[in-house]
Amino acid sequence: MTTKIFIPRESTAISLGAHQVAQAFTHYLSQHDLDIKVIRNGSRGLFWLEPMVEIETAQGRMAYGPVAPADVASIMEDISQNILHEKPQCHALALGLTENIAYLKKQTRLTFARAGITDPVSLDDYLALDGFKGLQKSIALSTQEIVTAVVDSGLRGRGGAAFPTGIKWQTVRDATADKKYIVCNADEGDSGTFADKLVMECDPFMLIEGMIIAGLAVGADQGYIYLRSEYPIADAILQQAIEVAGVAGYLGNDVCGSGKSFNLEVRLGAEAYICGEETALLESLEGKRGMVRFKPPLPALEGLFGKPTIVNNVLSLAAIPFIMSEGSHAYQQYGTNRSRGTLPFQLAGNVKQGGLIELPFGSSLKDLIDDFSGGTASNRPIKAIQVGGPLGAYLPSHKLDILLDYEAFSKASAVLGHGGIVVFDDSVDMLEQARFSMEFCVVESCGKCTPCRIGSTRGVEVIDRIKNDERRAENMILLNDLCDTMIDGSLCAMGGMTPIPVRSAFTDFPQDFFLTTQENHHD
Amino acid sequence: MKIEFSSPLSNVENIIDSLKNKEGSLLPILHAIQKEVGYIAPKAIERIATKLKQTPAEIHGVISFYHQFRTTPPGKYQIKICRAEACQARGSRALEAHAKDFLAIDYHQMTSDKKFSLDSVYCLGNCATGPNIRINDELYGRISNQRFDQILSNVDSDLK
Repeated sequence: MTTKIFIPRESTAISLGAHQVAQAFTHYLSQHDLDIKVIRNGSRGLFWLEPMVEIETAQGRMAYGPVAPADVASIMEDISQNILHEKPQCHALALGLTENIAYLKKQTRLTFARAGITDPVSLDDYLALDGFKGLQKSIALSTQEIVTAVVDSGLRGRGGAAFPTGIKWQTVRDATADKKYIVCNADEGDSGTFADKLVMECDPFMLIEGMIIAGLAVGADQGYIYLRSEYPIADAILQQAIEVAGVAGYLGNDVCGSGKSFNLEVRLGAEAYICGEETALLESLEGKRGMVRFKPPLPALEGLFGKPTIVNNVLSLAAIPFIMSEGSHAYQQYGTNRSRGTLPFQLAGNVKQGGLIELPFGSSLKDLIDDFSGGTASNRPIKAIQVGGPLGAYLPSHKLDILLDYEAFSKASAVLGHGGIVVFDDSVDMLEQARFSMEFCVVESCGKCTPCRIGSTRGVEVIDRIKNDERRAENMILLNDLCDTMIDGSLCAMGGMTPIPVRSAFTDFPQDFFLTTQENHHD
Repeated sequence: MKIEFSSPLSNVENIIDSLKNKEGSLLPILHAIQKEVGYIAPKAIERIATKLKQTPAEIHGVISFYHQFRTTPPGKYQIKICRAEACQARGSRALEAHAKDFLAIDYHQMTSDKKFSLDSVYCLGNCATGPNIRINDELYGRISNQRFDQILSNVDSDLK
């Protein structure tokens, strides 16, 4: 029987040389008489081990990593001398059974159950691991029964705003219109996040399935995946998967013989962070500048081209197949308080072991860091952790006991957002980080409202004056007032939340703003 | 007067015609033109405007909104350095300085031999293995200053 070797075609693995490693294996196999075939799979999301190569055995997959092309010959010798004779691995890069790697074993993978196991564009692989089971069940249900299942699951929008997904679906379902749309927000712009990308590159049929179910639930026949152009590999894999799903009858004018239509297209963004905001995204999809719209009207009632539209994040839509196939309760039983289910956290920045960590809501940030990070990459102490992207607070090392759920973060004036966790060591200058937050807002503001457009520019200037010790105490008051103006007067989260990282920087790291504790407590 | 179209512009006509009937066709058209020609020239803007029944100012407004779209030719190799926080936490500020020094250009500029253009990008989604750069469509992780120099010196053979 042919033995399979798995080498990821996921972008982090590729950025670290996975293609070259795959070529080296293919070359080795062409020179040797071995019944071994190379499969390009997704990634397990254990990025410090990428490129991670796995070989199929009777016990399960055995892993090696991180593999360079120069390691290929010795790995192949280990495989042919040991693994193929059912002897233990004996190699410096041997990692044992993949399933037993602690980083994976400690997780609860519902959304990422298939990631790294399957060839992302193999429909057979997807079907063999419960793929399209949720769709088959949904086809037998009424539209209201599907929506009710999503409501009951407790799923909240995974893009950052955490709005209950089922309520959004109910609004679109109940709207009367000649046309409705399903839009997937795949403009994953937050630094420190890559879970959407991993879904699209490792298990794209799951997202497609979630979107088809959404279409059935609300009576929409057209879906768009608005994908950021910074993700060319996700684009290529999605295009391939959509093609395969169409040929197999999951997309098109008669979805699985149900008589209902659903068509799906990928549309690329063009490097504009603001297009992750749902109304700016809709403007962009319509072929316009990505300017934020006033709400109301809600996109659920007047969205794309003025029609009722579901706009959901990749992870929200990707959670749907599990919910429909295993039941609302199966999903709802995970989590804590009003944060139900799992969140795929993304551990990034200055850590030894960055990667994808899917856990039920409710563990503490400290436990996550202790259990998974392996310490900082630089071996220096942690100074700050930014959670929730560029609009999230910088948490100091003494505030890491915070629980990972939406309400706990909100109470602490912080943001859980899309679950990105970026670790900084003690070499970081928090005044520079605050300045960067304002500068980022200057570059990425859509310009529609004044507090965001002008406020951010003034913010950079004020922080520069504080840095240069020009009337520092007065400028601190000005900076604080400016934060209030941006929070109270901005139309969307871009201007309204930029003050969150800025304030956390000067409140929790006053020494970097040359402030004594007393000076920081101004009125 | 007969207008002479260079071959890129006749490709532009074909691109617009093949995409203009899509819903919200402007971004797909701009992407396709930039992929084909490398940038969106003023003449192309006029063509798009005419065929979509919009004004050149509207098309220009959309082009100028998005960081990715450009109206001047890029370098043969477009280098983009990730400036976002996760890369900063792994040393991207030093890499930015090194890259500018090595190429002797600033952001949004091109080397005099037109080989390299340098731009920033806010997040390539490779946040656990930064600092990251993108050259054309290729992504590179864990970029030390030395690795940056090495990639650039091998770029002709690696990115054919």
